[in-house]
Amino acid sequence: MTQATSKPRNADTARLSDALPNETLLKWLYDMQLIREFEARTMQMYQQAKIGGFCHIYSGQEASAVGCTAAVNHDDPIVLAYRDHGHALARGMHPAACMAEMFGKLAGCAKGKGGSMHMFDKPNWLFGGHGIVSAQTPLGTGLAFACRYQWEVMETAKKRVCLTFLGDGAIDQGAFHEAQNLASVFGIPVIYIIENNGYSMGTAIHRHTANCDRLTMRGESYGIKSIEVDGLDIRNVYDQMKPLVDECRDLQRPGFVDLKTYRYQGHSMSDPQKYRTKDEVESFKERDSIANLAAHLMAQEDDGGRGCLTEDDWNTMQKDIRQIVMDAVAFAEQAADPDPEKELSTDTYALPMKNLSPSENYSHGTKNPLL
Amino acid sequence: MMTTAYTPDMSLITDDVHPALGHWELPHFAEEHELPPRDGAPGQERVIQFREALREAMSEEMRRDQRIFLCGEEVAQYNGAYKVSQGMLEEFGEKRIIDTPISENGFAGMAIGAAMMGLKPIVEFMSWSFSLVAADPILNNAPKMLYMSGGQWGCPIVFRGNDGAGGQLGSTHSWCVEGLYANIPGLKMVIPSNPYDAKGLLKTAIRDPDPVFFLESERMLGDRAHVPAEEYYIPFGRARRVREGDACTLVSWGRPVNFCIEACEKLAENGIECDLLDMRTIRPLDIDSIVASLKKTGRVVVVDQSWPFGSVASETITQICEHGFDWLDSAPVRVNTRDVPTPYARGLEHAYLPNAERVVEAVLRIVEV
Ligand SMILES: Cc1ncc(C[n+]2csc(CCOP(=O)(O)OP(=O)(O)O)c2C)c(N)n1
Ligand SMILES: [Mg+2]
Repeated sequence: MTQATSKPRNADTARLSDALPNETLLKWLYDMQLIREFEARTMQMYQQAKIGGFCHIYSGQEASAVGCTAAVNHDDPIVLAYRDHGHALARGMHPAACMAEMFGKLAGCAKGKGGSMHMFDKPNWLFGGHGIVSAQTPLGTGLAFACRYQWEVMETAKKRVCLTFLGDGAIDQGAFHEAQNLASVFGIPVIYIIENNGYSMGTAIHRHTANCDRLTMRGESYGIKSIEVDGLDIRNVYDQMKPLVDECRDLQRPGFVDLKTYRYQGHSMSDPQKYRTKDEVESFKERDSIANLAAHLMAQEDDGGRGCLTEDDWNTMQKDIRQIVMDAVAFAEQAADPDPEKELSTDTYALPMKNLSPSENYSHGTKNPLL
Repeated sequence: MMTTAYTPDMSLITDDVHPALGHWELPHFAEEHELPPRDGAPGQERVIQFREALREAMSEEMRRDQRIFLCGEEVAQYNGAYKVSQGMLEEFGEKRIIDTPISENGFAGMAIGAAMMGLKPIVEFMSWSFSLVAADPILNNAPKMLYMSGGQWGCPIVFRGNDGAGGQLGSTHSWCVEGLYANIPGLKMVIPSNPYDAKGLLKTAIRDPDPVFFLESERMLGDRAHVPAEEYYIPFGRARRVREGDACTLVSWGRPVNFCIEACEKLAENGIECDLLDMRTIRPLDIDSIVASLKKTGRVVVVDQSWPFGSVASETITQICEHGFDWLDSAPVRVNTRDVPTPYARGLEHAYLPNAERVVEAVLRIVEV
């Protein structure tokens, strides 16, 4: 499989992220580690059958969710596919709400109606978690269409952009091509971020998509500004994403990002991974985004680092995170199941009326716990 | 950096409109007797075409609410493939009347995203036949978003366009999607049969916070009738009695209501007076009015221009059996399109449709003369 090597480092070249305060990079480290730890527990809970359905683990790709969201504002909408726990946490969803959702509890972010693949968080402008490969790409285009409309026609909002994440497998769907064409023709500020982990389930990218070494050609062919990003280095993700985001926001134009990354776990929890070697996985683990950022923050300034994190700090941070995730699991364990009598038919219609269904008497039920 | 405890508020929702939609104003939904008269005073009639009634509904609502935009193929510069949106580009400009590429999957999905974000899109499908390539967004996203997000994001959107056989368009262009789509919870479905209802129902559809599938018919767009100038909203789920009679209840919606009117006239010549109900919406389906009529007639024929297997007619008859079994003097009868792909030849197409002759025949089968 093809992966971009890191951008050549030149100590003399100022990086955009160098101007950010230490706290910001420490927060990135924290968020990435939170996702890593959260996913480790998720796998455990899945194996214990506390979590059902399809469950896709994000470990290895953390720099993408955390780095990309760092490049936008909080009220810039985000939408993605089913490998969504990481983005939910990166966006600020409480780990307990995310875990409780996977446990199918009423206190989960979608009241137990969405599950692992359908994480929604309105206060954090997260529009899901979508299970159908590439279905989110026209949706994200529409979120961004509305952003522009609210700025330009209604004059009720400032300029915003929408980040729409998709996998490398999703680029083969017609929906994505229609979405790109619409975005370019209409001038829609949507940024398609292809989290290119080299595989669509068990199909390596060169086996599922043409010209896989030059995906940016696709975006360019629609007149969309397209870039390639080494997605394993979070500082680099930010360095490249921030200018693109600023440009798309300013010009109200779409963007296309081939973000090279790698997933450490199988496609879903039921994947024996016959299609790749252990060596390949190990070679990527050597470039681990979390270890690298931690090393950078611990290294002294003379060595090109920040010197803002000690070994002890890092251990404490990991310990705190472990506790937070354990608390999230404990919360999910004890949280109440949705009562089928009360909750099965709620949230079906925004304006329920008589005779909508031969079997249901729809009502609104319990408020969403995040609202 | 410690995360604070998670203490969600799990109180009950008491609002009329789900809070996922934010502040939402509903218009006054008039009862039938409060609606403006269907006939203009002699000499004062305001006779317009079905397509103009649709246009008036959209334009009136768009003047009132800036969140509304119309998108679809040829809606702007071409003035609408069927001239429904004629002149709207001039009034509302290209930011609100939007010509799209031929990408139903793409622009339907795009409009759904815009609806989630707080806009109120009206999506015109040149024909519902073409909505099949947009099946994923319109069936998998729009009607399920509120549920799947646990009540966080709503999807206030109207999909509208021509449904059913046009004039000899053959099988790819003659889809009646109600049989397929009405199956899906989370959506509302409206099928008007005349200009007056079309206007009042489309205005209600645009004000409704749920995804509304609004099915028109190319064959009716030129139909003319009096449509009052004053504003009115027709509530969903209220059938209209088109003709009064006690021999048999006739239930229909959309274009076949007109076949039924023709059939009723023929039957009346033989002294058979039918109670004809125009359902206007099929989700919600006004089963109460059907049962009330059945109590008087004891007989029912359901006329539906989609295929019979698992159709809206079958659903209607199931509900009739569930709620009105004791009043049935004979088995309910359905008249659907014939169970074949839509043919081209004029005579074949006529025979395929639930035409007036077939309705008459069905009524005569169960009514004792
Ligand atoms: C339309 C559709 N087809 C097939 C699937 C089954 N499926 C789920 S994920 C997946 C692979 C997608 O891979 P990619 O887009 O690269 O994302 P990744 O899993 O690598 O994050 C497939 C085939 C689906 N969910 N939707
Ligand atoms: Mg992939």
